[in-house]
This record gives sequence, structure tokens and C-alpha cells, in this order.
Amino acid sequence: MSELNFLPLSGILVVILGFALRFNPLLVVTCAGIVTGWAVDLNYLTLLETFGEKFLNSRQLASFLLLLPVIAILERYGLQQHAKNWIASIKGATTARILSVYFVVRECSAALGLINLAGQAQTVRPLLAPMALGAASNIHGDLPKPVQDMINAHAAACDNIAVFFGEDIFIAFGAVLLMDAFLRENGIAGIEPLHIGLWAIPTAIAALLVHLFRLARLEAKIREQIARHAEQQDSNTDSSVTREELA
Amino acid sequence: MSAITTSAAAQPALLSIGNIYLLIGFVVLFLVIKTLQDTHHPKRLTTALFWGLFGCVFLFGDLSVSYLGESLTYRWVGVCVIAIALLAGMGKVSMGSYDVPSDEVQTESARRIGNKLFIPAVLIPIVTVVCTILLKDIQLGGMFVFDQSHVTLAALTLACTIALLVSWKFTGGSPFQALGESRRLVDSMGWAAILPQMLAMLGGVFIVSNTGTAIQDLVTLFVSPDNRFMLVVIYCVGMALFTMVMGNAFAAFPVMTAGIAVPFLIQGHGASPAPLVAIGMYSGYCGTLMTPMAANFNIVPAALLDLKDKYQVIRVQIPTALSLLFINILLMYGVIFND
Repeated sequence: MSELNFLPLSGILVVILGFALRFNPLLVVTCAGIVTGWAVDLNYLTLLETFGEKFLNSRQLASFLLLLPVIAILERYGLQQHAKNWIASIKGATTARILSVYFVVRECSAALGLINLAGQAQTVRPLLAPMALGAASNIHGDLPKPVQDMINAHAAACDNIAVFFGEDIFIAFGAVLLMDAFLRENGIAGIEPLHIGLWAIPTAIAALLVHLFRLARLEAKIREQIARHAEQQDSNTDSSVTREELA
Repeated sequence: MSAITTSAAAQPALLSIGNIYLLIGFVVLFLVIKTLQDTHHPKRLTTALFWGLFGCVFLFGDLSVSYLGESLTYRWVGVCVIAIALLAGMGKVSMGSYDVPSDEVQTESARRIGNKLFIPAVLIPIVTVVCTILLKDIQLGGMFVFDQSHVTLAALTLACTIALLVSWKFTGGSPFQALGESRRLVDSMGWAAILPQMLAMLGGVFIVSNTGTAIQDLVTLFVSPDNRFMLVVIYCVGMALFTMVMGNAFAAFPVMTAGIAVPFLIQGHGASPAPLVAIGMYSGYCGTLMTPMAANFNIVPAALLDLKDKYQVIRVQIPTALSLLFINILLMYGVIFND
């Protein structure tokens, strides 16, 4: 066995500590890069060039910026309010049902290869989240910020989980092609992308069942959080009243 | 998951990746000008500098590569990146002041415009998918319409432009007004908008430093070649952990599969490769759901939705991710062995 060298792992330590201590993530990540480079004795100019090269070559990750003007102008003219009112006109619409329907549609369409049919910036922020919030506030009235955040976070999670576990069924998707290419390179023959896609189906179904089960319990959780929040508000006003009486 | 970028021979295209980067650069430049005009902005100059440096990479990156060469360009971009990180780290980037209409005004205009408000939002994904399929191979005067190696991104750009024009027709808000409005969203995202690129950069440093090999060595320490169940556990959990570190299951897959799955499971115990790799990759995805390193899936949405806790999306995803990792391990153990 070759001698173990754990110095390249020092950057990971910086990341874990930095995120845990809640330093600014940009600073944490840059420091982790510098520490890793320093630990493996990388020339500092080479390190700087690696920074620049990778940052420059990953610019496509910022393409969501192009979506923001459309969302911003629609929101200015009341998109979120309209999503809420529109949901109110649908009988029986609840947060959990909206998210469940979205989850099923998103996972199935991803399995058919329609991965770009939705996304965090293009559907979750302008449509899904306001509808999920609207359904809850139609039932419970104004939502406290922690409840809003919880529903928003669930909307974002729905999109991620549904697309991740749906997309690998589609045989022309990058992950399937990557696995196929890997097996070929390692001299394992006779595996078709179709086989890999088929073996993605059991986990995809498990993801669907697990997450729908969790969403089914979301309504109760929203009720519980709102009740807890109201209680806190009550005790706060009670104590302020008593304080005033004392004064 | 981010797509694998294939470096096809650069063919000229109307919506080439270079033009899309320029467009993003101009959008950012517009926001910088708006920030500088915002006299009530508490951190006006440093916020403008932060976005200005970011915009420069888009506006001048490709130009600089062709005139100054790669090495020099990478260096000044590297300096920009460090300056961006320092500005954010010292808390010099903040929200400004924005003229947002009151709730009543928004509700009133929502009533006036009605369901037409949905149309541009729904158009973006539909136009993207339809254009990806229909305009993929279309040429105009010997030039492809879409960049052949970035068809989806080109289609998305076209879809955004169309949606912007349709919004103009329905709401009366011009594209310039839309750009100005988007400053509120971009500022509320702040550093989170840049994190995905920073992480791609860190991933690059990890590759240069052979961090993957070190993780593989570390994981292999736990391997006992005869215990099938533990091998499956180590492969699946290793995929999830490695993905959490790299933020990307695609980076973890070749290292973990070549290090553990191929020698110990496929060659050692005759495991069936197709279910092994399919479920192994999904175990990596469980990791993606649990890490801030996959910022474009986990942190950017939290910023887009203005969540107080930027880790809340991850928190919500963890129970599903852990359940699925557990299910994956049992499933893999149940199906890959034929004897």
C-alpha cells in the first residue's frame, strides 16, 4: 500500500470549519482553495491561474441572472399576489397537494428528458412558492416569517429531489452517458445505457414515495408551527400588558 | 446535475456562448450603474465594485484570452476572484434602496392584468424546451442559431428575451425597467449568486491537488474485501460523502467507482455493473441534497426565496436524502449479487 497523504484534504477541513462557524462562504471557499494549494506546495502563480481558469470556465453557472429581469418585472405587477388569488379559486388546494402534484409532474417529465421544463429560478420562485404560500394563507391567514420560510424551502426541495431522481431514468442524460463511458473505459462490456436507466427506476419510485409521505405530513406541521407562533405572540402581548399594568 | 461540457469544435453561432456571456456582462454592468445611482445605498461604492469585478469577467474574459493569452487572463481573473471574496467576507456588500410599489398597488395591477401575468413565466420553460428541440440544427446564412455545445443555454437566453418582450406587452413595463427591477433580486441574493462559480473553482484546485485520490485512500482504509454488505455500505456512503465534499456527484463517481466498486464488488464478488452504477450514482445524489457545496441547488434557491437561514433548503432535504441513502444500500445489496 502506498504511503497515505492526507495533506490535500486540508481544504475540506477549512470548508467544514468555515461553514460551521458561519463565515462568509465566498471567503471560506477562497481560503480553502489557498490552503489546499499551499498544503500540496502549489506554486502561488499556478494557484492564481487555477482560480482564474476555473472561475472563467464555469461562467455558465451564472446564467440564471438572465431570468431575474422577467421575474422582477412580473412581480412588480403582482405575479405573487395573482398566484395566491388564483390558488384561492381552486377548491381543495392545499400547500401539500400543490407540492405533491408538482413533485410528480416534475419527476415524470425529468424521466422523459424534459429537465429544463422547470427550475428554481424559472418556476419555483415565480410560480410554485407563491402558490404554495397562497394556499396556506388562504387557510390560515397571514403567515409568520418562519412558516413562510418553511413552505418556501419545501418548494425548493421538491424541485431538487424530483429532478435528481427522475433524470437518471432518461438514457440520453449526462449522468447515464457518464456511467456508460466509465464502464467502457474500465473494460466492462455488454452494458447498455438502457440497463442503467432501468436500474434507476426503483430508487426513483422510492424517492417519490418517501417524499410524498413527508409532504402528506406537511399540513399538520404548518398548523402546529402557526399555533406555536400564535402562542408566543400571545405570551409576548400578555407580558407586555402586565408590565404596563405594573407601571 | 450540471451537464458535462463537451468541447466541440467552436462553430460560429448567433447565440454563441461568448455572446451569452457578453449579454450577462451587460446585464451586470447595467446593475452596477443602477447601484452607483442609488444615493441611499449604505454600501454603494463597495457593492458596485463587487458586481463590477464580477461583470468584468463576463465582459472582458474572452476578449482578454484572445489578446493577452490564457495565462495572463487567468491571473487577472484570479485576482478579481480574491478581491470579490474579500469584499464579501468583510461585509462590504449589501442591499440598496428600491422603489417597490405597495401591496395594494400590486394587488390592483394583479387584478387588472389577471392570468396574463402567468404567461411570460410559463413561456420561459416551454420556449426553452421547444427551441432546444426545433432550433438545434437550424442555420441562418451558414451560421448556427444556437451554440452547438450549449444548446440549452442558448435556448434559455432566447426564451428569456421572448418572455421579457411578452411581459412588456402585458404589463407595460419595458425591458429596461425589468433590468432595473432585477437589481432588488440580485442584491437580495448577494454572495450566493457567485458561490456556484467559486465552488467550481475550489473543485478545480482539488483536482490539481489530487484531493480525490486522498479521499479514495481514506475510504479504502475501511474496506474489508470479504464483507459484501460492508462493501456496499462503504461504496454508497462514500459516494454520498465524497459528493458532499465536491458538491457534485459526477466528480465523485469515477473516483469512488474505480476505487471501490470495480475492484472489490465487480471483480471481487461478481456484482452486476448496471444496477451497481445506477444506484451508486443515486447515492451520490443523496449527498448533493445535503451539502452547501452544491450551491446552485441548495444555496441559490434559499437566496432566491429570501430565506432567513440559507441552509434551510438543505435542512428540509436531509430526511428524504438519508432515507433514500438507506434504501439505496439495501436495494443495491439485494440486487447486484447473482449467486
